Amino acid sequence: MPPMEPTLNNPFRRSVVKGLLGTTSFWMASGNARWAEALAAEAAQPYRPVFFDAAEYQFLESACERLFPADHNGPGARALGVAEFLDRQMQTPYARGENWYMSGPFEQGPANLGYQLPFIPKDLYRKGIAGVEHYARQQYGKGFVALSAMQQDEILTALEGGSVQLGDIPGRVFFEQLRTNTLEGAFADPLYGGNRGLGGWVMLGFPGARADFMDWVNQEGASYPIGPVSISGETA
Amino acid sequence: MVKHVDAIIVGAGWAGSIMAKELTEAGLSVVMLERGPERTTPVEGAYPDSIDELRGAIRKRLFQNLSQSTVTIRNTMDQTALPYRQLAAFLPGEGVGGAGLHWSGVHFRVAPEDLRLRSAVIERYGEKFIPEGMNLQDYGVTYDELEPFFDKAEKVFGTSGEAYRVQGKIVGDGNVFSPDRSDNFPLPAMKDTFSASVFRDAAKNAGYHPYALPAANASRQYTNTYGCQMGPCNFCGYCSGYDCYLYSKASPNVNILPVLRQDPGFSLIADAHVLRVDLDSTKTKATGVTYLDTKTRKEISLSADLVILGAFQFNNVHLMLVSGIGKPYDPVSNTGTVGRNFVYQTITSSRVWLPPSTYTNQFVGAGGAGVAIDDFNSMNFDHGPLGFVGGSPVWVNQAGVKPIAAALGAGGGGTPRWGSAYKDSLVNTYKHSLGIDAHGSNMAYRDVYLDLDPTWKDAYGQPLLRMTFTWKDNDIRMNQYVVSKIEPIARAMGATKMNLVHLNAGQPFDTRTYQTTHLGGGAIMGDNPQTSAINRYLQSWDVSNVFVIGSNAFPQGMGYNPTGMVAALAYWAAHHIRATYLKSPGPMVKA
Ligand SMILES: Cc1cc2nc3c(=O)[nH]c(=O)nc-3n(C[C@H](O)[C@H](O)[C@H](O)COP(=O)(O)OP(=O)(O)OC[C@H]3O[C@@H](n4cnc5c(N)ncnc54)[C@H](O)[C@@H]3O)c2cc1C
Ligand code: SF4
Repeated sequence: MPPMEPTLNNPFRRSVVKGLLGTTSFWMASGNARWAEALAAEAAQPYRPVFFDAAEYQFLESACERLFPADHNGPGARALGVAEFLDRQMQTPYARGENWYMSGPFEQGPANLGYQLPFIPKDLYRKGIAGVEHYARQQYGKGFVALSAMQQDEILTALEGGSVQLGDIPGRVFFEQLRTNTLEGAFADPLYGGNRGLGGWVMLGFPGARADFMDWVNQEGASYPIGPVSISGETA
Repeated sequence: MVKHVDAIIVGAGWAGSIMAKELTEAGLSVVMLERGPERTTPVEGAYPDSIDELRGAIRKRLFQNLSQSTVTIRNTMDQTALPYRQLAAFLPGEGVGGAGLHWSGVHFRVAPEDLRLRSAVIERYGEKFIPEGMNLQDYGVTYDELEPFFDKAEKVFGTSGEAYRVQGKIVGDGNVFSPDRSDNFPLPAMKDTFSASVFRDAAKNAGYHPYALPAANASRQYTNTYGCQMGPCNFCGYCSGYDCYLYSKASPNVNILPVLRQDPGFSLIADAHVLRVDLDSTKTKATGVTYLDTKTRKEISLSADLVILGAFQFNNVHLMLVSGIGKPYDPVSNTGTVGRNFVYQTITSSRVWLPPSTYTNQFVGAGGAGVAIDDFNSMNFDHGPLGFVGGSPVWVNQAGVKPIAAALGAGGGGTPRWGSAYKDSLVNTYKHSLGIDAHGSNMAYRDVYLDLDPTWKDAYGQPLLRMTFTWKDNDIRMNQYVVSKIEPIARAMGATKMNLVHLNAGQPFDTRTYQTTHLGGGAIMGDNPQTSAINRYLQSWDVSNVFVIGSNAFPQGMGYNPTGMVAALAYWAAHHIRATYLKSPGPMVKA
């Protein structure tokens, strides 16, 4: 059985641990102090990808950072843990296409009639990354990770523009999949491995799980004053 | 042995739950069958898990699972329709509560002239005004007939709003275009968010008539007609795509089912996918339904005197087609009715940026709250020189914008969709902008319809429903006209920048981006069995013990959101079933 999606009852991730440690009294009271310590120790280890191999993971670290770079606005994909988020997502029903209609025949049609490929997200990543690597070596004589930021951007631009085919996958399809999941990783609750330290939310001024704006319905355009909190109770 | 009940209801959304409540009140034994799982707010709505954007609106956990069944879509009759493989343009519900669990809560009545739009257009502009190929029709029911049922629904939903006229007397600052009401809203209007208040002031200064959107979000604590309780909405912004953790948004799960479940005459079976309505050999009488228990994979037949379809617009049409209820529509010979007049909702969202010192705090909001104008909706303006039928309300309905949704939508239209410049615009847009929608009508056309797909099948071996749908010139020009009215309002709001979005001439319907889940028609009501599938009581013309409840009944798509109208039609149909049909079953209108 593939691991389940992380939930509050199954906190196998670092930011959950950090968040829960912020509410130590709860853990002490329920006699879980030793478990909390064990989890904290595990959280200190770097994340080891499960679905992606080391080279694929490095590709994601580089490519996602180009899509969502660290800059004056705030952290980029690398610091936010987007690659970890992607690897964890690959272990969920989403990555297995379990909510997609995947019965054939698979006929191609006009773009506005939507996705018509026989591939689930896991396939798109496996084939897409291999395809980009191949394209990078063909065009630049080096793998994607070894290229300059400018060359990496050229490749991403070509994929987005639709001029590159990656084996059986149109480059644009892979680009959109990667962009979508990268942005999810930057802004989803840290429960899922991305948005580390709530860095994505701080950037946008999104207060996370506060979800109570009774007094803030109309403050005449003033900025909301309270920083974000995550589902597990982590604050920025 | 086949188990027998008085009435079977297919689908546990608003339509099904209202009908189930009414029929159990009438003393009938009722079984409600729902293809999706059991869902209750204490479980699905529990904070903080419920307000998780990735799990909720992004991974779409409360919506239909397309792996089991979907539709195929094409724009024109000469194309091959292709499966709708990933949820995007519209997000049908599944599970107890249906889409009523994860809707937003904008709760409208109807513009009275929309119920007799064909007559109204002809009276004002003559028959020639109606474009070739447009199937403009009247509903066969009037606002005055429906008014008591709008009132009844609002008191069940706990609707917040500001009335304009009650029993002929002007009572408040509500929508001046709205018709007379027998009573006020049960709850006062929701407060204007900052964004909505800016729009209200600007629209008023421009000479328009802003009003608070009627919202099935409770502005105060409320106990409804059935004794179900709602708590005050705190503008958390997690309506659309979520189960409200505060019991503030009306849903079948909170507003009807808690009492219905106590009724010994009622039972609800979840994970029960209805495959077909069973008919007798004459095809004029339903004997019950056959469903698949999706857990055990066993097929089960239930017999009943009355079958109510409340499976949502296009599922109702699908069930009629696979069961052989009524005559399928054929656009070539222009005969048959089931599948005819399939309609949707035009919607375009424009964006206005306020100065950098002003924060719109877009995460603050409620699904049904906002400020609208109706100056360009329905028949409220002169279409004569414009040459199109229909209209749009225009509104700021800040429902709570989440970061992933904002990030996915930012950029594009010639601006970067990734990289540092993208991040600049995302942050600026999230903090300082607001959205203004033109949410309009969509007319019916001879070559826009529903039928069964010749190729693709669902997980149960039945053909998928096929949608043939695109935007037509009349509706595109209507949308463009209304959007042009946004510009001066946006200027008056102090816009530093605006991005006015409208449909473009010839633009086909695109299945890849969310528009609305306001699909309509396909089994429409009317007074002529040649051009409608159900009569004015939503009773099948052909199989008189089948009633088909939902937005499938709309002959054309109106500017307003559909659910208020669906609920009123459900109460209207139920009233006449109780008052007339049950006493002497049979056709309630002579064909
Ligand atoms: C995100 C979102 C926001 C919305 N916001 C608004 C709004 O603000 N205002 C508004 O007016 N409307 C809104 N809507 C639309 C509104 O949700 C629908 O109009 C309304 O819920 C329809 O109710 P219904 O009972 O007809 O159908 P549904 O709620 O769809 O219920 C039908 C049920 O039937 C079940 N079913 C289908 N086929 C079968 C079968 N073969 N066997 C057994 N069961 C079956 C389905 O699983 C479903 O649970 C929104 C919709 C969405 C998705
Ligand atoms: S905004 Fe209000 S109605 Fe909507 S989910 Fe939050 S509390 Fe409930």
